[in-house]
Amino acid sequence: MTEMRKISVKVNGKAYEAEAEVRMHLADFLRQKLGLTGTHLGCEHGVCGACTILLDGRTARSCLTLAVQVDGHEIMTIEGIADGDTLHPLQEAFRDNHGLQCGFCTPGMLTTLIELLRDNPDPTEEEVRIGISGNLCRCTGYQGIVAAALDAAKRMRALS
Amino acid sequence: MKPPVFSYHDPRSLAEAVSLLGRLENAKVLAGGQSLMPMLNMRYVLPDHVVDLGRVEGLAYIRDDGEAVVVGAMTRQRDIEFSPLVKEKLPLLAEAILSTGHRQTRNRGTIGGSLCHLDPSAEQVTVAAALDATLTIEGPRGRRTMPFAEFPVAFMTPNIEPDELLVEIRLPAWPKGHGYGFVEFARRHGDFAIASAAALLQVDGSGKIARASLTLGGVDTAPLRMTEAEELMVGQVPDEGLFRAAGEICGRIEAMDDALVPASYRRKLAAVMSRRALVLAQGRVERP
Ligand code: FES
Ligand code: FES
Repeated sequence: MTEMRKISVKVNGKAYEAEAEVRMHLADFLRQKLGLTGTHLGCEHGVCGACTILLDGRTARSCLTLAVQVDGHEIMTIEGIADGDTLHPLQEAFRDNHGLQCGFCTPGMLTTLIELLRDNPDPTEEEVRIGISGNLCRCTGYQGIVAAALDAAKRMRALS
Repeated sequence: MKPPVFSYHDPRSLAEAVSLLGRLENAKVLAGGQSLMPMLNMRYVLPDHVVDLGRVEGLAYIRDDGEAVVVGAMTRQRDIEFSPLVKEKLPLLAEAILSTGHRQTRNRGTIGGSLCHLDPSAEQVTVAAALDATLTIEGPRGRRTMPFAEFPVAFMTPNIEPDELLVEIRLPAWPKGHGYGFVEFARRHGDFAIASAAALLQVDGSGKIARASLTLGGVDTAPLRMTEAEELMVGQVPDEGLFRAAGEICGRIEAMDDALVPASYRRKLAAVMSRRALVLAQGRVERP
């Protein structure tokens, strides 16, 4: 017997309401019910980090969260990072440092780094590597991602 | 990779949660979800009901009761990581929590969830054993407390009834200036440890070890308190040779054997990890 619930959630500052099966995880809810397909699903068991979003300002794996659990909460996804057509400095830094190739891991990398750089605006290389240790990238070899994160930190410090 | 069909319950109070567990058949408790959700997605578990504790009031806190730090079962691992009280009173836990998953999973994962999941390689499980934690369990027959040593009954099987909930963990603090060390070996940062060791040392005015706690994680079906090694060290002046001897005792345990890691390798790691944890702890001792 399928049990449905109505879920009200704010995503990237916008209020949404949709019905979903209680067993649906948040990533599927964002992608299928809200049409926000920027959040990617790699492993669906908490290993790859591609599905990382921010839940009330803290990163979480959306494949390990049920949609019903976020009823009444606030989410930020990759779609909420840029300011309209203006890229976030983190996105600029990824472009300039070869921080992505196929782009599959990128939404999770960026959401993870948004939290990391917010909590620690001047991280060491080691802190960046530990920070993204829960995000798998099969393309870049991570060097470009680490360089992009450090470059973004510098750009963001200059702005603040 | 989608969870199976289940009914979802989100009680607001502990009483409501306990009464749900008492009347629902084949129910699973959802705490932070960082172990249960993968198991649901992979359909390793097929519950008819999921009881989510996420909206139950009053289960997340970190308090000082003088001799111990008392932690609510639904306290997120992130809040333990960033707690000044934990850093001051339970530095072993503060160090170990950094090896628990990743920031994204610590933001959701809870200490109570980890203890009840009881993975023998989980850092919080090893630390609970090392610190002689006391657990408070609530059920339809009331509250009971249990020393952590009595909690594991078999591999990943806690001593708790299906209608009971772990609500609080009491972690006794060691005196100021004690040495602590947590080390683990995993293939990648944040992975499950193949072997880990937690060491606590208290040194008296004459420089001898007054009290020692040594625990191995990941090597057996539950964390192993190495009492024989602890007894060997108490009363001795700490040095490399003593820690090597303690490590050798750890290298003689009956370790788990699995498809990826043979028991002989776990034993070797147990000896090395325990020695390293002791050396680390000794280096952090502040003499009275
Ligand atoms: S899809 Fe969520 S961690 Fe891989
Ligand atoms: S850019 Fe392809 S997986 Fe990271």
